[in-house]
Amino acid sequence: MTYLNNLLFGIYPYVALAIFFLGSLIRFDREQYTWKSDSSQLLKRGQLRWGSNLFHSGILFLFFGHAVGLLTPHWLYESMGVTVEAKQLLAMTTGGVAGLLCLTGITLLLHRRLTEPRIRATSKPMDIIILVWILVTLLLGLTTILFSAQHPDGSEMLLLANWAQHIATFRPGAAVFLVAVPLIYKIHLFFGMTLFLLFPFSRLVHVWSGFAALGYLTRNYQIVRQRD
Amino acid sequence: MKIRAQIAMVLNLDKCIGCHTCSVTCKNVWTSRDGMEYAWFNNVETKPGIGYPKQWENQDIWNGGWKRNRKGRIEPRQGARWRILANIFGNPNLPEIDDYYEPFTFDYEHLQDAKLSETPPTARPVSVITGKKMDKIEWGPNWEDDLGGEFSSRSRDKCFDEVQKEIYSTFENTFMMYLPRLCEHCLNPTCVASCPSGSIYKREEDGIVLVDQDKCRGWRMCISGCPYKKIYYNWKSGKAEKCIFCYPRIEAGQPTVCSETCVGRIRYLGVLLYDADQIKQAASVSDEQDLYEAQLGLFLDPDDPDVIEQARLDGIPEAWLESARLSPVYKMAIDWKIAFPLHPEYRTLPMVWYVPPLSPIQSVAESGAMGMNGIIPDTRSLRIPVKYLANLLTAGKEAPIITALDRMLAMRAYMRGQSVEGIANTEVLDQVGLTAAQVEEMYRYMAIANYEDRFVIPSGHREEVADAFNEKGSCGFSFGNACSDGVSDASLFGTKKKGSAIFVSMPKSRKKSVEGA
Repeated sequence: MTYLNNLLFGIYPYVALAIFFLGSLIRFDREQYTWKSDSSQLLKRGQLRWGSNLFHSGILFLFFGHAVGLLTPHWLYESMGVTVEAKQLLAMTTGGVAGLLCLTGITLLLHRRLTEPRIRATSKPMDIIILVWILVTLLLGLTTILFSAQHPDGSEMLLLANWAQHIATFRPGAAVFLVAVPLIYKIHLFFGMTLFLLFPFSRLVHVWSGFAALGYLTRNYQIVRQRD
Repeated sequence: MKIRAQIAMVLNLDKCIGCHTCSVTCKNVWTSRDGMEYAWFNNVETKPGIGYPKQWENQDIWNGGWKRNRKGRIEPRQGARWRILANIFGNPNLPEIDDYYEPFTFDYEHLQDAKLSETPPTARPVSVITGKKMDKIEWGPNWEDDLGGEFSSRSRDKCFDEVQKEIYSTFENTFMMYLPRLCEHCLNPTCVASCPSGSIYKREEDGIVLVDQDKCRGWRMCISGCPYKKIYYNWKSGKAEKCIFCYPRIEAGQPTVCSETCVGRIRYLGVLLYDADQIKQAASVSDEQDLYEAQLGLFLDPDDPDVIEQARLDGIPEAWLESARLSPVYKMAIDWKIAFPLHPEYRTLPMVWYVPPLSPIQSVAESGAMGMNGIIPDTRSLRIPVKYLANLLTAGKEAPIITALDRMLAMRAYMRGQSVEGIANTEVLDQVGLTAAQVEEMYRYMAIANYEDRFVIPSGHREEVADAFNEKGSCGFSFGNACSDGVSDASLFGTKKKGSAIFVSMPKSRKKSVEGA
């Protein structure tokens, strides 16, 4: 059990992250023509506008929520006067709301992808795999809220944050923090990490470009390219 | 002053016969690929009509082009930068494929394979997107050809604004004209301005607007940004594609495919010099009806010594200056003022201009049913309402259109007098402000339309910036990383390696024999 625990939460995070970064880099360098959002809006608008907007705003909030929540050291919160209990409550409520928005969105998107004949016919297997994978990860994540509610003191949350911070700072023994954590968190973590692993091989790479597109806000409208 | 040069185009609508040769040759060369079957870099519309995609001219629906805000500055009509980014998850202004048409082929195989039956077999339409049979083809790239469809549908044409259009619903009063359309390669393109990834750009040396296929991320804002709807989303590759003005040909000094193959000789290609520093100002004038003149004001006289000197300083090659002096586009648009930009009110400063068509008038004029202005027919009593043409070409301002039509009528009258009656009637020329020499030149360019007069294209001299010798034996044009493929069938990142394939499949029976051979 400790062996599997160490493999999944001590080693696998690095495997997933390495493939995430290297895979993205190689794809960007070698296969940029395949680097795109792969929008299907042209073929059928349907529920896309509601689905896509809800899904994206939800998942962006969840991504940054996880990043800030897990990676900010605990003493920083304390110095700002936020107690562990308050932080957990904040995470559960905001995460829960964003999760439900995201769930509504992804359900619409998946329904559209599977039932619209044009979208179905032009979907690549990976498009559907990614949607289902995110949906499962999301459902697992929403379920963990119920478990967290049983530990309002924030002890589970501190364990998870300690694990994430140890992984991020390359300190040994990260997996030990997760031994006593309920299984549902572990499954959610596994699905979440695997999403990073799948990232370079799917349309998810457009996330990088989505952030890069913020540069548009400061750009001149017109672009003229010189000959050489 | 910053002088740049552009290869611009003029189409003489007076001679367009609507044969679609331009569209077909363009399609065969550039868009006969998966995901682009519905896209026509060049298409010919019958006007009046709502066009392709449906009602593209109605920016109340599509929000293409620019608008001038209260501060007197222009911003894309679909929204300024932050608004465009906010719409990135779902573009509210994007046409659906049904606004173009669902691409289809026919089940020809069935004609061969059908079992014996009492009725002859039919080849039913098959959707290229889903591969499924379609009950009915609802719309096509040229659905309104030669006034196809009922008037009530066609009359939604935006150019009918402020025209008493009901009159033209009757058979006796009906009119039509053809409008070949391609990318305008604008001086102030909204597609470039709308692209969040900065993948679309205008080439400095010849003004051609291109999409960098590697940099495009498929955010699809250019498609709604372009008021002419001349950027297409390739639903297979997920990238935006557009008319490339046949740049490999232009660089070699050859005309575009659509121009080369035009049987009516209606297309002209030539260099225009313009002042790049004045673009923003010209696109921002307050009155839409002044945009045509504002754009004219950007173009510089290639015979002016000051212009030549400044152009040399700005690095424009001598061959381009020479071509600018011989440019048929300069003559038609600036000297004679008979060519006009398409929908200048979009504020994009388009660079494909149009000579308005004269209506078939001769028999009407001779029967006396038409008002005469001296010996030339009165332009205002022509079959195509001047207001309609003005809505198309000058944001509704009629005076420049009337002048152009009068000049063309005067040219006909003068040349007719000269060759039929043997008299040079200069009176008719004074009426429209042209000299005999000008009219004879106009006649040479417009009626005779020799190849070397129509196309004056200096070579792009790519050899100065690219080492062609090193490209010897390399893999040539390809999509993506096609030159170092690896061995697996699909690429590592889940897509087919081949960027393009002919979408109309051969019947299976034929395929077998080919594969077996």
